[in-house]
Amino acid sequence: MTAQAAPFALLAELTHRCPLQCPYCSNPVALERASEELTTEEWCRIMAEAVEMGVLQIHFSGGEPTARRDLPTLVRYASEVGLYSNLITSGVLLDEARLQALVEAGLEHVQLSFQDSEAQSADRIGGFRGGHEKKIEVARLVRAAGLPLTLNLVVHRQNLDRLGEMLDMAVALDAHRVEVAHVQYYGWALRNRRALMPTRAQLERATAVVDAARERFKGALVIDYVVPDYYARRPKACMGGWARQFLNVTPSGRVLPCHAAESITGLRFDSVRERGLQDIWENSEAFNKFRGTDWMPEPCRSCSRREIDWGGCRCQAFALTGEADATDPACALSPFHDDLVRVAEMESGAAPPAFVYRRIGNA
Amino acid sequence: MKERIVIDETSVPRLAAHVRLRFDKQRDQWIVLAPERLFVPDSIALEIIQRCDGAATVAGIVDDLAAKFDAPRDVILRDVCVLLQDLTDKGVMTR
Repeated sequence: MTAQAAPFALLAELTHRCPLQCPYCSNPVALERASEELTTEEWCRIMAEAVEMGVLQIHFSGGEPTARRDLPTLVRYASEVGLYSNLITSGVLLDEARLQALVEAGLEHVQLSFQDSEAQSADRIGGFRGGHEKKIEVARLVRAAGLPLTLNLVVHRQNLDRLGEMLDMAVALDAHRVEVAHVQYYGWALRNRRALMPTRAQLERATAVVDAARERFKGALVIDYVVPDYYARRPKACMGGWARQFLNVTPSGRVLPCHAAESITGLRFDSVRERGLQDIWENSEAFNKFRGTDWMPEPCRSCSRREIDWGGCRCQAFALTGEADATDPACALSPFHDDLVRVAEMESGAAPPAFVYRRIGNA
Repeated sequence: MKERIVIDETSVPRLAAHVRLRFDKQRDQWIVLAPERLFVPDSIALEIIQRCDGAATVAGIVDDLAAKFDAPRDVILRDVCVLLQDLTDKGVMTR
């Protein structure tokens, strides 16, 4: 694939508004306000441009995407222009009628987040009373409407010991797939790292739980599982490599190579209000900055894995070293790697502090 | 809990409800689309997937492929079952 090959998927962050306040939210610490949000017409133009470029999938995300009243209109438009549409939701604003409108508009798949298997803990983590019970109801509505369901499970030290129960819950709710993702530490999650970092022993137990569940639920439940960076030896190919496969559009129209990219201060991101999507993808400074391998320092530059992991995560490198072009500290070859492991072991071994909840003005 | 589907000659496979096989004009290739994943089937997988229409049995698909490629039926049967079992376990295919 050449550097300017088209992206496969567009993550459309329709809004940063959300009833939940998860302390590991992937939205930036500086949340965008409703008054800045793109209009229905602007989103439709973006979708048309995306299809023209070769984008195949759209993920409607947020914040909470169902907070946008025009969501059925946007889903219908995606369907008309031939985009595979996926809704990434907390579910708490959905009911049967609203879901039915999305089904009729052509929605193809739902990803529903759960914070835990126990209601009390789940509601505390999400900062939203009654949320868990509502999600259970919404999961049933999604399946009753005939839509396929993925559960998104973000795991950390305060729920990881119940991963087995969470996977049982997924099967009971007739989900066909789960994504188990360890918290990625930038933005809100970095602020809450001491409250979220699991111990190595917790992680090893969780990995065994996943292995056993994959065998037990073979053919009934697909489990995608991402091992956390802090206890890894090699970094992940974050987003399949910077500006290689994905586009993210923020609520106000800034175009990012990944949803966390704005945590790298000093990078300027272009807006669809000023430039075309394809022009941004191919020519913008931020997209070209870490695309491919030319930007890499040693030891990445001469590494045999440079086109496997693409240097790992730029946001994590920046958050932990202050340099966005540094080797991702998740890599054992990074001079910061030993510090990273020490921090993880130290923080996970101490009592967790209270969460700093994700909401405007709380950073 | 759903029972694991085991593919044999009598199975009538089709893509799962949320999975699309689509020709991608920009890249000039067939692509299988599912949430958070997509893959480009190789030419043999494509021949098989295109025949999984929810009407044809595995036996019928194998007969068709054996005739088209003039290859031993038992070899094709084994390859088809391995591929379809893998795709079924991944939730891409159902019956």
